[in-house]
Amino acid sequence: MAVAAAIACRLLRLRAAGAGGHWRRLRGAGLPRGFLQPASAGEDAAQWRRVAHFTFQPDPEPLEYGQTQKMNLFQAVTSALDNSLAKDPTAVIFGEDVAFGGVFRCTVGLRDKYGKDRVFNTPLCEQGIVGFGIGIAVTGATAIAEIQFADYIFPAFDQIVNEAAKYRYRSGDLFNCGSLTIRAPWGCVGHGAVYHSQSPEAFFAHCPGIKVVVPRSPFQAKGLLLSCIEDKNPCIFFEPKILYRAAVEQVPVEPYNIPLSQAEVIQEGSDVTLVAWGTQVHVIREVASMAQEKLGVSCEVIDLRTIIPWDVDTVCKLVLCFIGCFLSYDKIMSPSFIHYMLNATPRCMFWNT
Amino acid sequence: MKGQPPLSPRRGRILEGLLANMAVVTAAARVLGSSRGLGQDGLLLLRRLGVRGLAISHPQRQQQRFSSLDDKPQFPGASAEFIDKLEFIQPNVISGIPIYRVMDRQGQIINPSEDPNLPQEKVLKFYKSMTLLNTMDRILYESQRQGRISFYMTNYGEEGTHVGSAAALDNTDLVFGQYREAGVLMYRDYPLELFMAQCYGNVSDLGKGRQMPVHYGCKERHFVTISSPLATQIPQGEDAHPGPAVGAAYAAKRANANRVVICYFGEGAASEGDAHAGFNFAATLECPIIFFCRNNGYAISTPTSEQYRGDGIAARGPGYGIMSIRVDGNDVFAVYNATKEARRRAVAENQPFLIEAMTYRIGHHSTSDDSSAYRSVDEVNYWDKQDHPISRLRHYLQSRGWWDDEQEKDWRKQSRKKVMEAFEQAERKPKPNFSLLFSDVYQEMPAQLRKQQESLARHLQTYGEHYPLDHFEK
Repeated sequence: MAVAAAIACRLLRLRAAGAGGHWRRLRGAGLPRGFLQPASAGEDAAQWRRVAHFTFQPDPEPLEYGQTQKMNLFQAVTSALDNSLAKDPTAVIFGEDVAFGGVFRCTVGLRDKYGKDRVFNTPLCEQGIVGFGIGIAVTGATAIAEIQFADYIFPAFDQIVNEAAKYRYRSGDLFNCGSLTIRAPWGCVGHGAVYHSQSPEAFFAHCPGIKVVVPRSPFQAKGLLLSCIEDKNPCIFFEPKILYRAAVEQVPVEPYNIPLSQAEVIQEGSDVTLVAWGTQVHVIREVASMAQEKLGVSCEVIDLRTIIPWDVDTVCKLVLCFIGCFLSYDKIMSPSFIHYMLNATPRCMFWNT
Repeated sequence: MKGQPPLSPRRGRILEGLLANMAVVTAAARVLGSSRGLGQDGLLLLRRLGVRGLAISHPQRQQQRFSSLDDKPQFPGASAEFIDKLEFIQPNVISGIPIYRVMDRQGQIINPSEDPNLPQEKVLKFYKSMTLLNTMDRILYESQRQGRISFYMTNYGEEGTHVGSAAALDNTDLVFGQYREAGVLMYRDYPLELFMAQCYGNVSDLGKGRQMPVHYGCKERHFVTISSPLATQIPQGEDAHPGPAVGAAYAAKRANANRVVICYFGEGAASEGDAHAGFNFAATLECPIIFFCRNNGYAISTPTSEQYRGDGIAARGPGYGIMSIRVDGNDVFAVYNATKEARRRAVAENQPFLIEAMTYRIGHHSTSDDSSAYRSVDEVNYWDKQDHPISRLRHYLQSRGWWDDEQEKDWRKQSRKKVMEAFEQAERKPKPNFSLLFSDVYQEMPAQLRKQQESLARHLQTYGEHYPLDHFEK
């Protein structure tokens, strides 16, 4: 009741203030209008930081996979999960709160459609979720585990690095957990602060035996997620949460695959290569057009897509041709996967190793 | 209602109905001349419908005294009665959960109705598995001391826990072990050659020489490869990680496989978070799994008094809603009976079982340990001489007339000979080819790994003389 009243008041003030004007919007955050931040009269407008600035750039409608439907990123994920559960009777989805549809609505409707033994909640325990998922995968069934936020994946780090990644190797290929996929919302969203904004892919990039994938859009997400689920190695699929609602595209209804470990050249250019993944791809697309407009520099834009094993050939081949390579990252500046790539790229350029 | 969470439509309807009922009750009370206003019945009606936080102000309500036993708790989190006496539950460690046994320390059946009455052949298989394991342990321990293998862990004193439990399972039941369960594999007829191959890391090792000794695995015998991190098998099997054991059990349940998963771990590994995770998942997700804890008194040098303060591991089971029992792990029949019943019910009822087998680790933790640094030789001798699973079973066999000293002598000679032969063969074999360093990281070998593999091959072509390439298969 009180909440409803508060929202009503805000909406009234909104109307009074008019559409643009003093109101700062969390751009791209995809939040409902009730959450607009008011700019108080008399305060310096510059004090209000633009928390997230990017414009999602949809790709053209894909024509080769049949009928498409307008979907945002979480709907594309639901579609991929729906396709997987329909095709593979052993597939199960589990994690915290997935039964009612998930905190980001990625599993809406699946429990009703496929049954409570296939889409179910687990206790609040990430190490248990991943461990349990490994066990399911060891028997050959398909396990799709959800970690509620990538920030909470760390209790499962031991299971992922010491167990999942090494299962096949240490058993001499007697056993494996290749049919395990772990999904987690990833990356900054504007209001997430310390524990709802992290991008931990660098921690896993050091670990051979797993694959780590980050999509930039709904179409990419569905195809890459389906590939992760079908891949015979344990995969971690990080979903940029800021794109869950903000990214809307035409996405094929039927299942399709986008290959793992293949980077995509989104835009061709002749002077500089820009590489990024996830949300940042859209930032660098903007940067590329600004560079062209303001500096006359022609940029090639690459979406890395799979962080490990990464597509060294595509990146290095293009870098060989160009003056330099900028690796773009919006996260923590301490050693990240970017630094590894910076180290690896010259090596492959000059020594072809 | 200020400060109350908004009522859902369903509760809103209940509230309307309730107010109507209360109006009737109040009216009836007035007519009947009761001066108690709403009355007990009205309140009972209220409680039964479970509506929270109704701030009904009635002038006479404050004067009522309600016995706390009249109203039942409505909390979703527990089904229990109210109590109005402040009392902490005392953890009972003085006389904890009793220890089930069938034989006494001299191998005599205590209660004939608990005797599983197994046929002679089967009991002899128990005995031979335990003693063969013991012989293999002695020889491989020595071989480490002589520098022939890098590391070894013995199973002295715990053979009963392995064999009793393995015998109670079906051969297709999936086993997730920790690292001190070689007897399970021995009972499942894992050849000595393969035990040795893994310890030597030679070309016959199914694990391709990648792990330290005693990290056995066998797909055919449904024994998942051992990993070093403790408790990690528990959520899986739902191994030192129980989670995976639980996951496997869940998948078996979905597949209607009529299969149970058994997950072994020590009392030390039970302290890991993964154990807690595994127990909780198994119970909430109703998995057919047996959690088998070998409580052998020590986690390397850490005695149980420093590992836990509660009543061992068995007492934790009920906290998770898990059927639990504590057994004498040195009594192979007790272990057998408990595991057999747990298996039957786990599959029939889709629920987990926890068996805590009390035993004693007679040997050192491993070849890297010297346990005289933290325990007395007398203590070890007691268990070796007075309460050993092999001796107790031998007494039982002898009292049944199924075994005698002559057979004992012959068997000792025979088993030693078998082990020595396998041992000598294993020593002669080369190690796996070095290119196997790079395979199986992923199902397919990625380009980067292939480049590293080729790079190593080129390096060895040029500098091969600095490496012991003769020991490796070409």
